[in-house]
Amino acid sequence: MSWRRFFRRAQWDRDRAEELRSYIEIETDENIARGMSPQAAHRAAHIKLGNTVRIREEIYRMNTISPLDALGRDLRLALRGIRRRPGFTLAVVLTLALGIGANTAIFGVVNGVLLKPLPYPNASELVSIKHTAPGFGVPVLRMSASQYFTYREEGRVFQHLGLYGDGGQTITGLGEPEQARALVMTYDALLALGVQPQLGRLFTEADAKPSGPAAIGVARPLILTHAYWQRRFGGDRSVIGRRLLVDSNPAEVIGVMPDGFRFLDMKPAAEVISLITIDRGRLTLDGFNFSSLARLKPGITVADANADIARMLPIWLNAWPAPLNLAGKEVIESWHIAPTLQPLKDEVVGGIGDILWILMATIGMVLLIACANVANLMLVRSESRAHEFAVRTALGAGRWHIAREVLVESLVLSLTGGVLGMALAYGGLTMIVSTAPTTLPRVEDISLDPRVVVFAVVISIVSSVLFGLLPAVKHATQRGQPLAGAARGASTSRERQRTRNALVVVQVALALVLLVGSGLMIRTFQALLSVVPGFATTGDVQTARVWVPPQQVREPERVTRLQHDILDRVAALPGVRAAAFTSAVPMEGPLRVWQQTIFVAGQTYAPGTIPSLRRAKSVSPGYFGAIGTSIVAGRDITWTDVYGRARVAVVSENFAREVWGSPAAALGQHIREAPTAVWGEVVGVVHDVHEDAVHQLAPPFVYWPVLMENFSGTPLAATRAINLVIRSDEAGSESLMSGVRNAVWSVNPSMPVFLVRTMKDLYDQSMARTSFALIMLAIAATMALALGVIGIYGVIAYVVAQRSREIGIRLALGAAPTQLKLMFLRQGLVLTAVGAGVGLVTAVALTQWMSSLLFGVERLDLPTYATVLGVLAMAAALASYVPARRAAAVDPVETLTAE
Amino acid sequence: MPRRESPLQSETPQGTLDMLVLRVLVMGPAHGHTIAHAIERGSEDVLQIEHGSLYPALHRLENRGWIASFWGTSDNNRKAKYYRLTPTGRKQLAAQTTRWEEIVRAIGRILKPSEEKP
Repeated sequence: MSWRRFFRRAQWDRDRAEELRSYIEIETDENIARGMSPQAAHRAAHIKLGNTVRIREEIYRMNTISPLDALGRDLRLALRGIRRRPGFTLAVVLTLALGIGANTAIFGVVNGVLLKPLPYPNASELVSIKHTAPGFGVPVLRMSASQYFTYREEGRVFQHLGLYGDGGQTITGLGEPEQARALVMTYDALLALGVQPQLGRLFTEADAKPSGPAAIGVARPLILTHAYWQRRFGGDRSVIGRRLLVDSNPAEVIGVMPDGFRFLDMKPAAEVISLITIDRGRLTLDGFNFSSLARLKPGITVADANADIARMLPIWLNAWPAPLNLAGKEVIESWHIAPTLQPLKDEVVGGIGDILWILMATIGMVLLIACANVANLMLVRSESRAHEFAVRTALGAGRWHIAREVLVESLVLSLTGGVLGMALAYGGLTMIVSTAPTTLPRVEDISLDPRVVVFAVVISIVSSVLFGLLPAVKHATQRGQPLAGAARGASTSRERQRTRNALVVVQVALALVLLVGSGLMIRTFQALLSVVPGFATTGDVQTARVWVPPQQVREPERVTRLQHDILDRVAALPGVRAAAFTSAVPMEGPLRVWQQTIFVAGQTYAPGTIPSLRRAKSVSPGYFGAIGTSIVAGRDITWTDVYGRARVAVVSENFAREVWGSPAAALGQHIREAPTAVWGEVVGVVHDVHEDAVHQLAPPFVYWPVLMENFSGTPLAATRAINLVIRSDEAGSESLMSGVRNAVWSVNPSMPVFLVRTMKDLYDQSMARTSFALIMLAIAATMALALGVIGIYGVIAYVVAQRSREIGIRLALGAAPTQLKLMFLRQGLVLTAVGAGVGLVTAVALTQWMSSLLFGVERLDLPTYATVLGVLAMAAALASYVPARRAAAVDPVETLTAE
Repeated sequence: MPRRESPLQSETPQGTLDMLVLRVLVMGPAHGHTIAHAIERGSEDVLQIEHGSLYPALHRLENRGWIASFWGTSDNNRKAKYYRLTPTGRKQLAAQTTRWEEIVRAIGRILKPSEEKP
């Protein structure tokens, strides 16, 4: 057998036909020679030769590549069948398109966020370094600069190791002063990533030397990102070597990053990259403020690296002096610092993996339900083809042959659904990317790439097997069924009905699981909404950041007076009801909140131990009123306190209760942030604030004034970076912000206003993860419920149609229509009950995977389960009632005379 | 449709027909009609064949390269397709004949002793 012959078989066939004709001619000639009449001679020749068509068929088949040939035939049959039943086809294809499309879209997200490697060469070698410190009471300890030097110099497993952080930097010398979003890093962080600049060069070790460019008066190196280069320099290639003022220091552009470069998942993306300058001579053990990334040497595992760092920790402890505010190294020793390295991808992706996998599983279940529905449709339809198949079996069609034909038809249907689904997925992905919650990392990596397309094709094929196999097997094994019986269609095979019932049970069970899942999410959302965040989320609180660089205003008190001046001007703007500022607004992230060891007057601490770590920030007078945090006891900080440099403090209610028992008891007590610092008097107690996120507990909090003497080792500390907090009905509008900018610039024209947002934005962001999960689960559950209801309806309606004769007889014999209605209703409800039972068990088992998404609700929340069962029962009752009513409306005369 | 063996194949041991065809062609090229009659006569009418079933066998042999075909004219001036033995076919015939004789001998040994025993 060969391809050449396969394609030339038509010619071959003609050849054979001629050859056979020649036989007939010769044989006829001979027969005539033997004395037969020409007619008889011809007939005898034919008899002698036999059935020529069969001979040709046999030869033809020798030349076929038969599976291929059969596939072509089955395809033609399938397409013909599909054209002939547009309604059925549309229902199946749409169901599948929805199922496959939703799965492909979610897989696209999973693929982009979780599966694809980070966009750096050999990304699997990249790790981030963090520590645990069980003795210190924080979940993770990042890296200190002293650790960076020790690990870099003593380490054996790293190719490169760098620190980074983010912040804003004011760039002047380019028209309007501008706060560029800066990425600051040690010189080797970019080297570790293995990226190349588009223009110029990256930082080198020489740049990092304190004697080098970092010295006074020498321009510091600066790298621009592609977008910033385009925006501010119009893509001018001569930008390399250009001098700018960064935070009032001279800087020189040394390189431009390429277009696609992104630093991890930094959002909003960095605009400039500058060097962290670390004065090695003044480093102590502490200052765990840096994020880190490192590239492991090839072949080194995370475990190897952990071991290497564990080896270096004692070296580090010996090499560096103890922190200034702590008695000695024993304290840090008692923290039991241990390394926990993490692949860099895990660090970037964060906790979103949980949600995405849950969504993937959920949407997978929807596809299963869709397949069950389609399988049911196929079974029903094939019932009407049973006669056809019986005839064909009788004519010699093999089992495999019929099964294959059904499978090919399934495949055509599901691939059509798959193609349509891919279009849906493309739309869905575009939508997800454009509206993605801010908590979804790596949105840029989400696309309909080849892997996603392969996934879509694979699930299309798997689906076709799932829903095609049952009908295929049913047909192939129905050989014994008598032709006559199939033709009359009066009796349904019991077994066939059982299969359909089983499919409905599966559908109901899966739908219940999804309903429970989304029910739990709704309860979670309710619980989150009922949390009092401790600040106004009504949308009338505007915030914006302003920074006063030391190069412009050196003296701390002048910084505060300047800020006070800005505040007065902002407060005078039309529509502004209150204005204040703070070092950090709630929910803006952990980086700007101070973590301090707060000592309480009157409490004694065992030697070598320190009080637990508390969060703290500075607030201007009027802050609590502006942000909407009520004062529970005492009073606010006043400007008199600030300028009189009185060390006062306000604490949160939970702090007061924890330490002194009640808010009132806290007033007049004293606290300080270091064992040698000035005591501050607690003058007020305020409502607890969920500073981190709605779903996290409100941490005990300390609020300090914006100007303090001897604070954290600084003789006089002002808060240079402030967040304005403005109460106005026009919050979020450009008119308010242009007023604010003018107010700031009328005080100092070179100070930028940036990070403009409302407190409602921050609050919504904090809810984003939950609402994203909620919306997706709700969509999935709605689809599941709809498909399940269609499934129940379909089965009952079919049974009614099949048994209309029987119903007619019953009615004729005097059965009450109500009784008949109940009979079918009961059948639907029994199916639902069985499905619900299976579903309950499954839901109880499966919901444990979503514990991490829940808040304020038990996994086995009774109201959720009860409601879901109620909804399901009602939907099922409706789905069976409609066809059941039709049964009662059967006209006995009509049905009995129908045949 | 399930495949059906041609009558000749089903009534004669597998491969026998092939061998008979090759055997006929040893004498020289022949067309289908001649081959069919030659086999029928040669087997003393033991092998009753539907002549048509010869053609798939011819096709198969040609595919294997044991015989080759060409169009020619028959004795009574009809257009006919002639077959001739190729060198490969000749070798095959020799091999198959040997094998066939061995089988026949073997069967003979199995059947005879029981008859000869007293």
